[in-house]
Amino acid sequence: MRKSTAPIISIADVKNVLGKQVVHEHLNLDIMKGEITAIVGGSGCGKTTLLRNILMLLRPKSGSIKIFDIDILHCDIKTSQKIRHSWGVLFQHGALFSALTVLENVQFPLRTFTTLPPKVQKEIALLKITMSGLPLEAAFKYPSELSGGMLKRAALARAIVMDPELLFLDEPTSGLDPQSAGAFDELLLDLKEGLGLTVVMVTHDLSSLAHVSDKVVFLGEKKVLAALPLQELLKQKHPLIQAYFSGSRGESYVKSA
Amino acid sequence: MNNQQPAQLSFDKNTHTLHCSGSWTVSAISDFLKQPPLTTNKTNRIQIEGGGISRMDTTGAWALHQQANALKKSGKTISFSGFSEEHTALFQMVEAALPEKQPRPKSSRKPSFLYVLGKKSVDRYFSLLNGLAFLGEVIVFFGRIIMRPARLQYKSFLNVIDETGYRAIAIVGLLSFLIGIVLAYQSGQQLKTYGANIYIISLIGIAMLQEFGPLITAIIVAGRTSSAFTAQIGTMQLNEEIDALRTMGVSPVIRLVIPKILGLIISLPLLIILADICGVLGGMLVADKMLNISYYSFLLNFPNMIQLQTLLNGLIKGPFFACIIAGVGCYQGFQVVSSADSVGRKTTKSVVQSIFLIIVADALFSIILPWQSV
Repeated sequence: MRKSTAPIISIADVKNVLGKQVVHEHLNLDIMKGEITAIVGGSGCGKTTLLRNILMLLRPKSGSIKIFDIDILHCDIKTSQKIRHSWGVLFQHGALFSALTVLENVQFPLRTFTTLPPKVQKEIALLKITMSGLPLEAAFKYPSELSGGMLKRAALARAIVMDPELLFLDEPTSGLDPQSAGAFDELLLDLKEGLGLTVVMVTHDLSSLAHVSDKVVFLGEKKVLAALPLQELLKQKHPLIQAYFSGSRGESYVKSA
Repeated sequence: MNNQQPAQLSFDKNTHTLHCSGSWTVSAISDFLKQPPLTTNKTNRIQIEGGGISRMDTTGAWALHQQANALKKSGKTISFSGFSEEHTALFQMVEAALPEKQPRPKSSRKPSFLYVLGKKSVDRYFSLLNGLAFLGEVIVFFGRIIMRPARLQYKSFLNVIDETGYRAIAIVGLLSFLIGIVLAYQSGQQLKTYGANIYIISLIGIAMLQEFGPLITAIIVAGRTSSAFTAQIGTMQLNEEIDALRTMGVSPVIRLVIPKILGLIISLPLLIILADICGVLGGMLVADKMLNISYYSFLLNFPNMIQLQTLLNGLIKGPFFACIIAGVGCYQGFQVVSSADSVGRKTTKSVVQSIFLIIVADALFSIILPWQSV
């Protein structure tokens, strides 16, 4: 496992305001290279907002965000484009292009950003499709013909097709059956081992947290309450953290974890 | 992110070793993949040495696997050495995930003409039945609303009038004013040569009130409103909002369609009156400037040359056109299935279909309606 002490993403003093509501204030967070970082917190605590900040979809009101030591809030278009090419994103509902088949969807980044011969592009896209656990028959289907779980996997295939250094997952296992969710976790670990991938995921799936995350970032009260491995997080006395893990569903996982 | 050395293979003849070097990643491997796989006849044992690889990702591992496979196929024995632990793990992961066979797209064979004809006919037949079912549903609920007006969604009904009527005033007024000018200008030149200037009044009056006013308005509204209805209902359909209404036992027809049809039945005739006024004003302007018929004498002669029936003939079309526009718009909205593409296609279809039906209906009206005014 390649671990280094340098943060790959470092967020400092970020403030977000949506409408009149202050979502984050004085939020600080470092994400280390080669780790799987899970972002958790109650609904409405701004997990997705934070993710959108990092993905340059939403500019925070103030603060700084650095990715690969580049300030993404004050960099030129070329640099930001370069950063965009080095990450893959899995959106909560897949966000596959509905006009393209699964294969074309997965091939899309290859076709747009590489000069690989078309035949090779197709083979690599197919490889990613099978790696994400989709049957080959699904390659020629349109997103509208797939079930929710298959959509997720197709979207994952598209997110990893360029072998990104950074992978962002927004609720990757929601809507998957337990077996697929388990397979998803395994795949994530494999990718991390093989590619030294850094993963940031927003999740509510406690078994996924226990299984794959190196560090859990707990959002609450408009900032990061704790960024610790799950075991240590569970020992925290903060009422919000206690409440989050103490529901009837939380208890059983905490015991098993 | 950083600049990378392109992926390279070199063959050492003395040690029968393939040396891999450079960065075997998706961004640096394209040149390597454009060459045919390396082969040699010298030996049967080849060692692949990977110590020189600076970075590898799944694409690189795949390329290496292809190369090794090509050598295996030509009867060589392969052994690997010098690969780092991570690269070996990656290579194995890729090998395990490789699809065994190339999938083919389903039925690339072109279906026969008869098959296509049959399928299209059946599809058309069912879409006709669908349309009739929708029409029936609308008529039934329409009847119920008439019996019990309290069930009407007044808020969305008023919203529709605002959206389709009030907000269309400027565009309808301006365009019909311009049509009036063009019409008067073109026909005025002919009338002038015969000295029949005064007939510009009846010409503009009849043409605008009976035909152009309703037709232009209906076509503009079809473009503005029919498409908006389709897009709105279509997006709701994609969002499962329509299904949500159904599961709550709320009829989407009552909630969404009836207010739209009723609203448009109110607003379209009002817009037609506006179009009539603006069109005649345009004609008046040209009559004054080109044909020496002052505004005063134009307005003085207008009631003598144009009968009330002409105006009514035009206005009566309004509610029918409104039903066509709103009905087609909503119907196409419900036909949207599961993709953003389909919203676009159905929106186009709704505009084309409603304009088509408007012109057909207009042709029917000119046969049915009495021509007392001529």
